[in-house]
Amino acid sequence: MTERSAGIDPKLLEILVCPRVRTPGSLRYDAEAQELVSEAAGLAYPIRDGIPIMLISEARPLDRDRAKTTD
Amino acid sequence: MTIFDRDLVRRRRERAATRFHEYDFLFREVGERLADRLDDVTRTFPRALDLGCHTGVLAEALAGRGGIRELVQCDLSLAMTRRAVAMTQRAEGERPPGLASVAVVADEEWLPFAPGSFDLIVSNLSLHWVNDLPGALVQARNALKPDGLFIATLFGGGTLSELRTALMDAEDAEEGGWSPRVSPFPVTGDLGHLLQRAGFALPVVDADRITVSYPDTIRLMTDLRGMGETNAVLERRRVPTRRATLAAAAARYAERFAGTDGRLPATFEILTLTAWSPHESQPKPAKPGSAGMSLAEALSSQGCP
Repeated sequence: MTERSAGIDPKLLEILVCPRVRTPGSLRYDAEAQELVSEAAGLAYPIRDGIPIMLISEARPLDRDRAKTTD
Repeated sequence: MTIFDRDLVRRRRERAATRFHEYDFLFREVGERLADRLDDVTRTFPRALDLGCHTGVLAEALAGRGGIRELVQCDLSLAMTRRAVAMTQRAEGERPPGLASVAVVADEEWLPFAPGSFDLIVSNLSLHWVNDLPGALVQARNALKPDGLFIATLFGGGTLSELRTALMDAEDAEEGGWSPRVSPFPVTGDLGHLLQRAGFALPVVDADRITVSYPDTIRLMTDLRGMGETNAVLERRRVPTRRATLAAAAARYAERFAGTDGRLPATFEILTLTAWSPHESQPKPAKPGSAGMSLAEALSSQGCP
């Protein structure tokens, strides 16, 4: 998956928050998985070609994290 | 209250993204008018957000204006957002000058931005699809820095009035009742209050009408679909409209509204919202009773008879 990562603009990371909890600093950037992880909401938001998809409906629930298959 | 099917709005935009450039004339025209308003403001806005950017039409109009250096473009649709990014990443000379842009897929009802992130938030013909407009406005105001500017255009209540009338008449006649075909749009009076309730200062709402002329109703419907603007009302009918009803609607449209040249007018009412996030420096009405002089004294001191 990492070869597809286009990365994310660091300035954009500074202003993005989890739309569900909305607290600053609520997101952790997982560069390898290309996800923005909100522990507070239990959601991981995917990043596609450098575009974060900040939709709750498209986020991956975190409890499935451990059972994640490599794709 | 949930009126619009947001998932459907998103799917409509995903589908419209590929050929949006063929149908974006209204977005370009209204976006140009929106950008013009920045020329009237002496302030500069280093970091801006385009809420509901579609394919980046507004970014092109904003380039070189309002002192914008960084623009965050966001839309509900990934396909639209990808195109918006591609537009601002074109080769030097082909892209709008002096504009660094990043993109995010986001829902106006669930904004993913920290408080005080932007000097300016603009939104071109997107907010009429939001269920919770007061909530979306509050979120936009929060995302602004103090004394930040908000300018949004959206379709107002007079939009597609001809089509609405023709469809209602036809459905009533053919099927003995009617269902919502054209989105309910907000009206001017409501919006000023909404802006105020959302905590904005100095709210102004104005309305403009753009009339587009069509050879027939099929071309009008093709345009609406191309813009990704067809009905997404939850209460809409899930069965396709009967051919007879559509034919009757087309006939009524022509009968009632056709010009002398036989062409059909379609009205788009464009509402423009302008407001500021509060700041001490902004003018405020004086407190009642705070005047140092009575009105009579003030008048006589001016030498009035």
